[in-house]
Amino acid sequence: MRTLVSESQLRSGRGKTVYWTVFVIVAVTFTTAFVFPLIWMVLGAMKTAPELARVPPTLLPQQANVGAYVEAWNFMSLAHFFLNTIIVVLGAWLVQLAVDVPAAYALSKLKPKLGNVVLGMMLGTLMLPASALLVPTYLTITDVPLLGVNLVNSPLAIWLPGAANAFNIYLLKRFFDQIPGELIEASTLDGAGPLGTMWRVVLPLSRPVLGVVSILSIVTAWKDFIWPLLVFSDPQAQTLSVALQRFAPDTPVNLLLAGLVLASVPTIVVFLIFQRNILAGLTAGSVKG
Amino acid sequence: MSTAVRLPSAALGVRPAARLRRRIRENVTAYGLLCAALLVFAGFSWYPIVRGILLSFQQVNFVTAPTWVGLENFQKLFADPQFWEAWVNTLLFTGLALVFGFAVPFAIAVLLNELRHGKAYFRLVVYLPVMLPPVVVALLWKWFYDPGPGLFNSALHAVGLPGLSWLDSPTTAMLSLVLVSTWANMGSATLIYLAALQTISGDLYEAAELDGAGLWRRLWHVTIPQTRFALLVMLLLQLVATMQVFTEPYIMTGGGPGDSTVTVLLLLYKYAFFYNDFGTASALSLLLFVVLGVFGLFYVRLTRRAD
Repeated sequence: MRTLVSESQLRSGRGKTVYWTVFVIVAVTFTTAFVFPLIWMVLGAMKTAPELARVPPTLLPQQANVGAYVEAWNFMSLAHFFLNTIIVVLGAWLVQLAVDVPAAYALSKLKPKLGNVVLGMMLGTLMLPASALLVPTYLTITDVPLLGVNLVNSPLAIWLPGAANAFNIYLLKRFFDQIPGELIEASTLDGAGPLGTMWRVVLPLSRPVLGVVSILSIVTAWKDFIWPLLVFSDPQAQTLSVALQRFAPDTPVNLLLAGLVLASVPTIVVFLIFQRNILAGLTAGSVKG
Repeated sequence: MSTAVRLPSAALGVRPAARLRRRIRENVTAYGLLCAALLVFAGFSWYPIVRGILLSFQQVNFVTAPTWVGLENFQKLFADPQFWEAWVNTLLFTGLALVFGFAVPFAIAVLLNELRHGKAYFRLVVYLPVMLPPVVVALLWKWFYDPGPGLFNSALHAVGLPGLSWLDSPTTAMLSLVLVSTWANMGSATLIYLAALQTISGDLYEAAELDGAGLWRRLWHVTIPQTRFALLVMLLLQLVATMQVFTEPYIMTGGGPGDSTVTVLLLLYKYAFFYNDFGTASALSLLLFVVLGVFGLFYVRLTRRAD
């Protein structure tokens, strides 16, 4: 495909020199800027605390202490906080799907009276910056209207507000809209109700968008910090991110680094596996056309 | 409404009553499927919006009923020197973040789009930091910024330059925070620009070249106008995102040194969760919303038009 610089320009002698010079500069800069800090973190965890304090720093650990990862795991009881995080993240994901998929299906295919008003009111919340709702949503969590329960320190405090996700509903609805009405009618003629049609016809066709929504919601929930910081006041209930910043001042730096590496592994692995879907979701979210 | 329904059904020979019953049943099913979403939106989105507005004009102590105080919360904010400091700092952060976070990813995307090799690697690598939890990024960079054995000062010393005080001096602290945040977030902007660049038709460059346009003129007259939409959308998104900066100052500087990195959201957090002054915190949220709502409105209009 033709871009800013043409193929013929690149093929010329000068073009080739410039191209490869630029290529090497980009390769070195990118690797230094984005990969090196991560390697530095992984290696740093294996150094001893005195070695980490040395000026100038060493590149490779003098004695690679892989055991620091195990030590960090035990020192900060990371198993406990990993489990907390997994419960919060998986729950948030499932609740989001259970709430948002039927809603998007109803708005897209059943087109109820006032459906557009409902959709508009949901989309309107996208205009609100998350921080503007921090205080009133927190107060709502401490005393849920009608039920009168306090959800502080309960994963529900993450799950329920997370399910009110207009962006997911919008993404799902747009996809459902593209599913031909004939398929729905055929299914209805076969005697399937709207729920059966959703389950057997629409959802199997919607795997790509369900994948995107799932990964986005899992990664977002794993990375979230400020909301879990507010709603988990009990240290035992905290997620990994919140616990790590609480431990930071009192943890030897090598163990803290090991903890940071361990906390990053899940999202990095998810990214390496689902790159395609993540990047698709990224562009679906912001720029269309 | 009723005549509109009766006419076609009569033509089809369906009894209007049956037609109406079907329509009602469909609506009941639809609202059945919608009810969970309506409940969570009502409880955790719409109700808090209304409550937030009310709270801005109230004083709450959770012992007695909230009292109506009019504009007192706002007056209290305006009298607080930290309030002005926080806005100046936040605007400084946003301004600097736009300089780096807006221009640099675009330049990188244009560059990457020209490369014929290793594209997959560059795309992967530039997005890697986006996947790290922000807490990890903040704690990692805090260690890099350490004036003693920190990575950055060591690198400066290695090439014979004096070290900087990074987070420890009021003049550099905010810039240091902007650098972290840019590093952590620019992957998404880069990839969005890259996607936009790939939709540009090669014919346009071809035609420009035939008209004698050099590299810079092609960039200015083809690339930038063709990606105008993506640029505008990202500008709005970044404005909204960077004005809500919290995690970096909270973890890395705690607002210091002095008040040099107190941001609006950090101040809001302090009012709500240190002073338990939820009324004033809500007033601050409302101000933040009014400022950001303008950009949000533009964003929604822009994306709607693109659909």
